Amino acid sequence: MNKTSNPADLAEISKRVRRHIIEMITAAKSGHPGGSLSATELVVTLFFDTMRHDPANPKWADRDHFILGKGHACPVLYSTMAECGYTPIDQLNTFRRLGSIYQGHPDVRFIPALEASTGSLGQGLSIGLGMALAARLDHRPSRTYVVLGDGEIQEGQVWEAAMFASFHKLDNLACIVDYNKIQLDGFVEDIMPLEPLADKWKSFGWHVIEINGHDIPAVQAAFAEAATVKGKPTVILAHTVKGKGVSFMENNPKWHGTAPSKEECELALKELA
Amino acid sequence: MAVSTNYELKMGPATRESFGKALVELGKTNPNIVVCDADLSKSTNTNFFAKEFPERFFQCGIAEANMVAVGSGLSAAGKVAFVSSFSAFVLNKGFEQLRVTAAYPNVNLKVVGTHSGISIGEDGPSQMSIEDLSLACNLPGFTVLSPADDASMKAAIHLAAEHKGPVFVRAGRVKTPLIYPEGTPFRIGGSHELLTGGDLAILANGLLVAEAIKAAVQLDSEGISARVIDLYSIKPIDREAIDRAARECGAIVVAEEHLKDTGIGARVAQVAAETTPCIMEFVGIDNTYAESGTPEAVVEKYGLLAKDIAAAARKALARKK
Repeated sequence: MNKTSNPADLAEISKRVRRHIIEMITAAKSGHPGGSLSATELVVTLFFDTMRHDPANPKWADRDHFILGKGHACPVLYSTMAECGYTPIDQLNTFRRLGSIYQGHPDVRFIPALEASTGSLGQGLSIGLGMALAARLDHRPSRTYVVLGDGEIQEGQVWEAAMFASFHKLDNLACIVDYNKIQLDGFVEDIMPLEPLADKWKSFGWHVIEINGHDIPAVQAAFAEAATVKGKPTVILAHTVKGKGVSFMENNPKWHGTAPSKEECELALKELA
Repeated sequence: MAVSTNYELKMGPATRESFGKALVELGKTNPNIVVCDADLSKSTNTNFFAKEFPERFFQCGIAEANMVAVGSGLSAAGKVAFVSSFSAFVLNKGFEQLRVTAAYPNVNLKVVGTHSGISIGEDGPSQMSIEDLSLACNLPGFTVLSPADDASMKAAIHLAAEHKGPVFVRAGRVKTPLIYPEGTPFRIGGSHELLTGGDLAILANGLLVAEAIKAAVQLDSEGISARVIDLYSIKPIDREAIDRAARECGAIVVAEEHLKDTGIGARVAQVAAETTPCIMEFVGIDNTYAESGTPEAVVEKYGLLAKDIAAAARKALARKK
């Protein structure tokens, strides 16, 4: 794979990933476009710029670990990993079909390069903490990145994990909240508001960085800053737009878990040309 | 043949203590062993390990769900993680995490639930696990072990560490009679025939193994020859031993410190149904929660003593005739 720190290149890859997301969910006639599109720059920047990893050697001991807590957004992860060369791009459209490696939620049995099987919200951060502890015990340089949904952090286990991470001073882990303000039943603010969210994480002992999650240089800078913080974990609150990049999907709760029709797919791809 | 001389049933340590000691032994030889506990290490006896290897012990606080998933993360990253709490807490509060972070991805996590069953006594039903073996058996890919005494618990912990894949081991709070000499071999999927006999077979695990031996001694004095099998491997279960017991004895009593409805009795009955159907009776907790009391008083009230097993055996024999 060709890694790059050039924001224009990362934006180009993000556009390709967004096209994959739309196409694979359309082909599957099911899936979660909104939260995949909101997390695109975050995941692409991690895999193409920030993280130490090698698609030719997915179990490299010194690799960084990536966990997608919000497993339903796996189209963004599958597309990005395929673009990196972990898995075939030409099979992305088998998403959610029987026998496909691209299961409905990330499944390590089908893609061993995945770090965790997720899909039940609230568990990814805890798994990541275990990996971060193991890396520290083994004196490995591995850092662990966990992307959580904003709705996901309504799960109590996330706050158990938040307490654990700061108590154990896991500065080799960064948690990224894809703060797109929408969950399945509607707007987060109407379902179970999270604010003041930065204060919540600060009070749990975390270093907090707040960014626009679609601003690639800001995303790069946040990961760089996280790597310099010592003695405490970092959370990046990434303000994003659900459905980002497809005008009729943006900020509309309908597109949390609805597949586009063929016509809608064509419209979306035109916008992402 | 008089069977009373075979087992002295001298009182030994609680199996949680044997677990704690076994962990320390493992820790000395295997630097990959790490241990997590949820503020009960003085009770689960993971404090022995914490004292010896503080850098490999992770205090998780009273947060079992997080602990289980942290353990899965440690194991997924190459460690052999043991997570421990009371059975009632680690399995019930951590069940979804056991399911999604350990069983489903087949992570090499080791789970030890102490204070299992109702023999914890005074603390009462909120701390008593009467459904833990059933829950653990509901996790595809999990190995489930329920040892009866000191030697078998130590062996179980070593088996758990050597086995690649998730394991649940059930331990108890109260002191337990010694049944096995140190060094007795155990294996995943195995069982031990402790007493030979042909009129019926008593299949027990955990605390009920010693009671089964006492019941067999009583039955022997009545002229009834009872085979006693320690079914310490709950999953996989020793199908061959069950089939042989059913064929050779024609009657089986299953005794366990667990809900009867979903316990090992049901699993044994399934195996018998698939191999050699036979008369069966069940000793266990009957669709209820127990209550506070001394361990002795509680197990007596809820029918888990040798006399209850002997009564079930007589009933089975009466049906057989």
